[in-house]
Amino acid sequence: MSAEDLTGAEITIRCLQEEGVKHIFGYPGGAVLFIYDELFKQDKVKHILVRHEQAAIHAADGYARSSKKPGVALVTSGPGVTNAITGIATAYMDSIPMVIISGQVPTHAIGLDAFQEVDTVGITRPCVKHNFLVKDITELAATIKKAFYICSTGRPGPVLVDIPKDISAEKFKFSYPASVSMRSYDPINKNHPNQLKEAIRLIMGSKRPMVYTGGGVILGNATSQLTRFVQMLDFPCTNTLMGLGGYPATDKQFVGMLGMHGTYEANMAMQNCDVLIAVGARFDDRVIGNPKHFSNKDRKIIHIDIDPSSISKRVNVDVPIIGSVSNVLDGLIKLLMASKDKPKQEELKTWWAQINQWRARDCLKYDQKSSVIKPQMVIEKLYKVTKGDAFITSDVGQHQMWAAQFYKFDKPKRWINSGGLGTMGFGLPSAMGVQMANPKNAVACVTGEASIQMCIQELSTCKQYNLPLKIINLNNRYMGMVRQWQEFFHGNRYAESYVDALPDFVKLAESYGHVGIKIEKPNDIEDALKEAFKLKDKLVFMDFITDQTENVFPMIPGGKGLSEMILV
Amino acid sequence: MENEAGALSRVAGLFSARGYNIESLTVAPTEDPTLSRMTLVTVGSDSVVEQITKQLNKLIDVVKVLDLSDGDHIECELMLVKVCALGKNRKEVKATTDIFCGRIVDVTDTSYIIELTGTCSKLDAFLDTMGHNTILETVRTGASGIGRGERTLEVK
Repeated sequence: MSAEDLTGAEITIRCLQEEGVKHIFGYPGGAVLFIYDELFKQDKVKHILVRHEQAAIHAADGYARSSKKPGVALVTSGPGVTNAITGIATAYMDSIPMVIISGQVPTHAIGLDAFQEVDTVGITRPCVKHNFLVKDITELAATIKKAFYICSTGRPGPVLVDIPKDISAEKFKFSYPASVSMRSYDPINKNHPNQLKEAIRLIMGSKRPMVYTGGGVILGNATSQLTRFVQMLDFPCTNTLMGLGGYPATDKQFVGMLGMHGTYEANMAMQNCDVLIAVGARFDDRVIGNPKHFSNKDRKIIHIDIDPSSISKRVNVDVPIIGSVSNVLDGLIKLLMASKDKPKQEELKTWWAQINQWRARDCLKYDQKSSVIKPQMVIEKLYKVTKGDAFITSDVGQHQMWAAQFYKFDKPKRWINSGGLGTMGFGLPSAMGVQMANPKNAVACVTGEASIQMCIQELSTCKQYNLPLKIINLNNRYMGMVRQWQEFFHGNRYAESYVDALPDFVKLAESYGHVGIKIEKPNDIEDALKEAFKLKDKLVFMDFITDQTENVFPMIPGGKGLSEMILV
Repeated sequence: MENEAGALSRVAGLFSARGYNIESLTVAPTEDPTLSRMTLVTVGSDSVVEQITKQLNKLIDVVKVLDLSDGDHIECELMLVKVCALGKNRKEVKATTDIFCGRIVDVTDTSYIIELTGTCSKLDAFLDTMGHNTILETVRTGASGIGRGERTLEVK
């Protein structure tokens, strides 16, 4: 270990270098000036200057979701932090590993209502995995080490390190700890042989099995194990919104996404199965609807999750298995291979016949011959033009659901969206992070005219760093999902959901130095997309003027059960 | 839990954020000054208490959580009660205090302060016996608890 006296700011940057951080997203301000000064003096960590702190966090978030590294962001005290909150809460809800470094007023000024002071640790506490206020320079390096360790182990999540300005100026010997040991934090990572055996017993005895997987499979890098497991058994598999890409969507065992806007076959199979294998998923309200209705049917549930508090939170579980999803699946695969038994083949055949009958309902059908652009068609063409290989980020609303339903993700970490918090404004900045992490890949942001305006200032960041994103704006002049609920549940009273006074998106894109295209006819969709993706070094803003009143189907109304879908 | 600034507010924040009740809460450093021990009394169905335990365990500052009511344990609370002590009431108050094994720790012409320890229900019973008209002021610490016999909350 080296031992030289460095300022807190230098120590901070050295820690980032030691962690192998290549990109940091941020916005300078008074409390972080020493840290920015040190960033300026080196070139190992590249700083990406956003236009609003919310975008810095979303970008770091997209970076993390599309790579195997935590995202890192840097913001100043006070408003820098409060602007970042939406981003931090977004990452927290989806368990995204991230380290946020925030500046704080000097330690002697804390608590005195200093300029740009806010109780950062207090205000972020409910939406971080953990946070620290560094009050002593001697603890700075160890704290940053802990932050990286905590954010990426166990159930991941954002960790914030608040550094007062005087600490970033003070000097101390730098030595970066090689490892972390915390008596109060021990992420569970072991298998339970008896639970595994019990799970296998249920699997072998099942007549109508179902595999239901969530974001935990993506976060836990367990897609290859999951694919193997499902294919060995020939069980039907569904993914949650957060779990898309966890199992190849073009595979025959895949029955589509489940939940509020899931497929008929996925929801019916989920409701009617007799053995449910839940992997890295948390039975949330948008997935199983009304838990009472869900529990009306008798089924055994095996639940694999790294977080004990996810077990039996909303539904009772018969066989809980706590551990990393990949380890547990490895364990199950081993037992399956060693077992002489096979699941009941006759019953499984009958079950698949039933599922295929549900599939034949063709629940995602829409009017293909419409003279106005159907949003679903845009996504289908996007899938075709990108050969299913693009990174897709989305904002929140109808466009998000159509992207989830119609873009078939065969690979993990390709589908980037705010599932838990449902943050409009997430799409564009997260796409910036995705593009930084994957410079050679095509990155598209599927958005709507309402969502995109929540962080549209980032078109400027995209220009500065030449990020050739493809923005797919499904422009129906409505906050579409709000409009849909108002149509279904509020007597067609469209209170404040019409998006008036829209900018000319083509000119807006051009004013930032990007390319803008407006597409108004269904026949032009494919050519426009092809054109746009040919422009490999340009951001292209595609403004698709879509059907104003198209709705997302199927839909489970709030409070209803899985089998109570509204179908088209 | 770690004896660190903010640890208590993480616990309190968890309870309010998730809508759990805190009946009482006591916390102080232990023989190891880097650790604090908290006794928290809450009510809820088995599944709610199980969730509370799991959620507490998730907090990074929490080293170990034990549901004391799962087994034999000792529970004790300290209470200070200021009561009106006038005329013939003075004797009665003293007698009741003795029955409950309390101590009078402050005396004026008109009042006593009584110190009483015991289980929450014993303290409740004492207050009931004293009656609203006699009691001027009460302050209670909330229960502290510890497992009986070999049952310890040992930290590795």
